[in-house]
Amino acid sequence: MEANNYLQDLKDIKDLMNKSSQFISLSGLSGILAGVYALIGAWIANALIENNTRLYITLESVLFKQILLIAGCVLAASLITAYLLTVNKAKKMGEKVWNASSKRLLINFAIPLVTGGIFALLLLKNGYYGLVAPIMLLFYGMACLNASKYTLRDVRYLGLTEIILGLFAVEFSGYGLYFWVLGFGVCHILYGTVMYYKYDRK
Amino acid sequence: MKSILENINKAFDHRIRLGIMSILMVNENADFTTLKELLGVTDGNLASHAKALEAEQYITIEKQFIGKKPNTRYIATKEGRKAFQDHIDALEKLIQKN
Repeated sequence: MEANNYLQDLKDIKDLMNKSSQFISLSGLSGILAGVYALIGAWIANALIENNTRLYITLESVLFKQILLIAGCVLAASLITAYLLTVNKAKKMGEKVWNASSKRLLINFAIPLVTGGIFALLLLKNGYYGLVAPIMLLFYGMACLNASKYTLRDVRYLGLTEIILGLFAVEFSGYGLYFWVLGFGVCHILYGTVMYYKYDRK
Repeated sequence: MKSILENINKAFDHRIRLGIMSILMVNENADFTTLKELLGVTDGNLASHAKALEAEQYITIEKQFIGKKPNTRYIATKEGRKAFQDHIDALEKLIQKN
């Protein structure tokens, strides 16, 4: 009996340590969909900008408000999708959605993200439009990096990628929308697919 | 062989006690409901095994009130962490031998 039992013990210990400290029901599919929403949003925003080339984008302009509305819709759609798919996956894995580890994950994700959001709004208010896109990427990356301690490891690499993209976006600050397409669209689809094949399909 | 077996800790020779310690090793503390959900055990079962670990001074049990709700928190002690680590090391050595 001995060796097999002890091996099972060690496996149980490892499982419980992971399960109790990390929220593992995060859905990879929701990442893919968030990426798709971001690409659609960017495509609409790009069409709007190209139709209004003579206008400057300022805080008061209609164009700016439209872009903000698109960004808000993309964000809301992504969050709702992530929530629904994660609830679904948690059910399948026998994990509760609202437990100590998911709360920890959410709080640690939200702190850098909200900081970045407020920072971006202050920049807009003071007229530093060019830095808004990179700042959002940078802080989103740091939010992912911070949250990765409490969930699947892949989120860490997503975070690092977003941070690198964010820094490039500062240097090439006229191409914010393209970096957003890369960061929020392509990266989400890429990492979402990896996570989907690694964890979801089991 | 005998020296290795000495480190196999009888206090951890049960699934639930092993589970409680595993969770408390990687978390600062855990409350009753969290442990219950993670381990999938009944109230009475969890309470009695937690008491056994407390008797060994491997964990401390803190009872407090959050608002009007009673809340019990479990925390691994320094001795408990050391004993559990020794137990895991002993298990690993045993497996390597076989």
